[in-house]
Amino acid sequence: MNPQNISDIVQKVFTGERLSCEDGMRLFIHHSLPELAFMANHVRQRLNPGRVVSYVVGRNINYTNICWVRCKFCAFYRIPGSEEGYVLPTEEIMEKVRQMTDLGGIEILMQGGLNPRLKIEWYEDLFRTIKHEFGARGVILHSLSPAEVIYIAKISRLSLEECLKRLAAAGLDSLPGGGAEILTDRVREAISPYKDTAEEWLNCMRLAHHTGIRSTVTMMYGSVDTLEDRMDHLLKARALQDETGGFTAFIPWSFQPVGTKLSGNAASAFDYLRTVAVSRLMLDNIAHIQASWVTQGPRIAQIALAYGLDDFGSTMMEENVVSSAGCAFTMPINEIERLITAAGYQPIRRTTAYKLLS
Amino acid sequence: MTYNNLHIDSLEHLILGKEWMDIDEKVNHKERLSIKDITRLFESKDLTAIGFMANKARERLHQDHAHYIRNQHINYTNICNKGCRFCFFAKNPRQGGPPSYLFTMADIRKALRRNSEVPITEVHMVGGINPRLPYSYYLDLLHTVQEERPGIHIKAFTAVELDEIARVAKQPLDEVLTELKAAGLSSIPGGGAEVLSDRVHSLMHPRKLGPNQWEDVARSVAHAGLPQYATMLYGHIETPLERAEHLVRLRDLQDECGHFLAFTPLAFHPEGSWLSDLPAPTGVDDLRTIAVSRLALDNFEHIKSFWIMNTAQVSQIALWYGADDIDGTIQEYEITYPEGEIGNKKQILTRNQLLQMIQEAGRTPVERDSLYRHVEQSLPDSFEYIKESGQ
Repeated sequence: MNPQNISDIVQKVFTGERLSCEDGMRLFIHHSLPELAFMANHVRQRLNPGRVVSYVVGRNINYTNICWVRCKFCAFYRIPGSEEGYVLPTEEIMEKVRQMTDLGGIEILMQGGLNPRLKIEWYEDLFRTIKHEFGARGVILHSLSPAEVIYIAKISRLSLEECLKRLAAAGLDSLPGGGAEILTDRVREAISPYKDTAEEWLNCMRLAHHTGIRSTVTMMYGSVDTLEDRMDHLLKARALQDETGGFTAFIPWSFQPVGTKLSGNAASAFDYLRTVAVSRLMLDNIAHIQASWVTQGPRIAQIALAYGLDDFGSTMMEENVVSSAGCAFTMPINEIERLITAAGYQPIRRTTAYKLLS
Repeated sequence: MTYNNLHIDSLEHLILGKEWMDIDEKVNHKERLSIKDITRLFESKDLTAIGFMANKARERLHQDHAHYIRNQHINYTNICNKGCRFCFFAKNPRQGGPPSYLFTMADIRKALRRNSEVPITEVHMVGGINPRLPYSYYLDLLHTVQEERPGIHIKAFTAVELDEIARVAKQPLDEVLTELKAAGLSSIPGGGAEVLSDRVHSLMHPRKLGPNQWEDVARSVAHAGLPQYATMLYGHIETPLERAEHLVRLRDLQDECGHFLAFTPLAFHPEGSWLSDLPAPTGVDDLRTIAVSRLALDNFEHIKSFWIMNTAQVSQIALWYGADDIDGTIQEYEITYPEGEIGNKKQILTRNQLLQMIQEAGRTPVERDSLYRHVEQSLPDSFEYIKESGQ
């Protein structure tokens, strides 16, 4: 039951007034899901009118798993010197890009560990090679999260700005907003003490946006964060967006505890839907909210379309499923389109910059 | 539309708009929805408005309560001669598929003893239609459960099984029901109705009871003084109109007999069935079906979201879309997927997880027995109330 009166917030939402931190906190504990859905959908309709739900056909390439940062929520990394560490050879990366373009994909999401052996030249050569061979086929490099960019600059003895300029000149189009986790140092200290601070992360995005590289911004909630931490995160993203306008989309997803050093249960579906809705309501200046069907499953991701989501993200073709030919790739596209259609929306493919392709 | 001078109750007006004013009016005045209304709800994509109305009806009946039960499921055999096209579980010994099994009384005892420490209030027992089983087998099942768990509520034998039991007993159903009741049978599960439509029946489960026969069995059950549950298997070949007709038939039957305790929509699982080419129902359909059921079945006290069928995630959300019950905590449920079949679908939810799920969604967990009487519950020591701040 909701004894809480939120009529003042409703008023703000429907007159287009910006919500305050306190408003957002009250919405976080406003349990009525249909009411949250309705308000969030109103903002979604203001920013993205109509019934289109977009998605991008692309793939992940995890070019290295070697990383010295040892984040407690990560199950992927191997420390330098580990026998299980790898760096993908260029030929293999090119083959993965080719598999994607053969299936009509355009977005390469390249992310990896902070590997002390990979300096800027390695990335420049790789990006140039990819763009030389596949640029004409529309391949977009939506790659390297801030932690990677900051680290590449550091080990290559470059300023962050110079590093971003060189990567952009080599073909980098857009930065994924990964590694934001929760942008408060209290949380970052607890879950990823060796990684960039909140300010460093934000500053990297600021410089990228000034360099002309746009980006997304993520939020990984449900580890050690409180609702106040989440609100802090949303407000910081909103403030930077006011300043640069460089964020294309916001992507909330929940911490997945299996295989990591942090214990606890995965956040619930209820938590996801209210977080999506509150994010949509607070982030009045970020155009798109992406689903995280990888963490939430197709049923909840589809339901979240009523909570302000307008994008189903990337098809996320993974290297371990690719071997079974096109099947593993095209089935999820069919499934994504079916889920969107069954919820009463029209699925349309897009580019990384949210240009609709029909 | 202008949005000036809004009051809290106008959020409701905004959500429902002109489109739903007529249905909302009926919901507010506890007026009955027509087949046309119900079909329109099933065809709509406006999940938020439908959920909002269903939640109003739900909170009027149950406030913020979310019911759950501690029970044990026993599926005594998977041998079945009905060949229903939506089924993965049934095993006809002449066909391929999962190995067949038939529980002996020793197996039943063993299964019950596995959970002897848990204060369950219900044993839920259903199985395939195995024509070789004599009448005495069914009576023995009841006796065995009664011996192991004296006085426990036994919810067993769907209408389809009752029909078979009367056949092998060579006695009228009314007589058989009296004897089963004397042996410990306490209520009848809702399975076997599927969708009460002649078309769906002829295409999906022609060898099983038809819609009229199912209703006749329900009448006999009511006459015997046994309560019954009702279900609908949705998301296969049925149309929105057929769903609406199903609900209205159940509503009429409830008017006539008044013995139904709860309604549960069951999501169809295509994997491994004869209809594996069909897509599975989506999350939006799960929620919409629960919400429409709440709105249509004004004479049913409870709407259950059976988390084994639609996932624990969807069931948690369903507590805001019309459901006031999410079933039980002890799992030996094999009808959707036997262990190890079709990927790794682990169907376990501990009581702690269930309580947390309910609490987090802003509802109050209420342990119930089979008749929806509240059970005095002591919360487990390890259970912590979730703080409003999140963690």
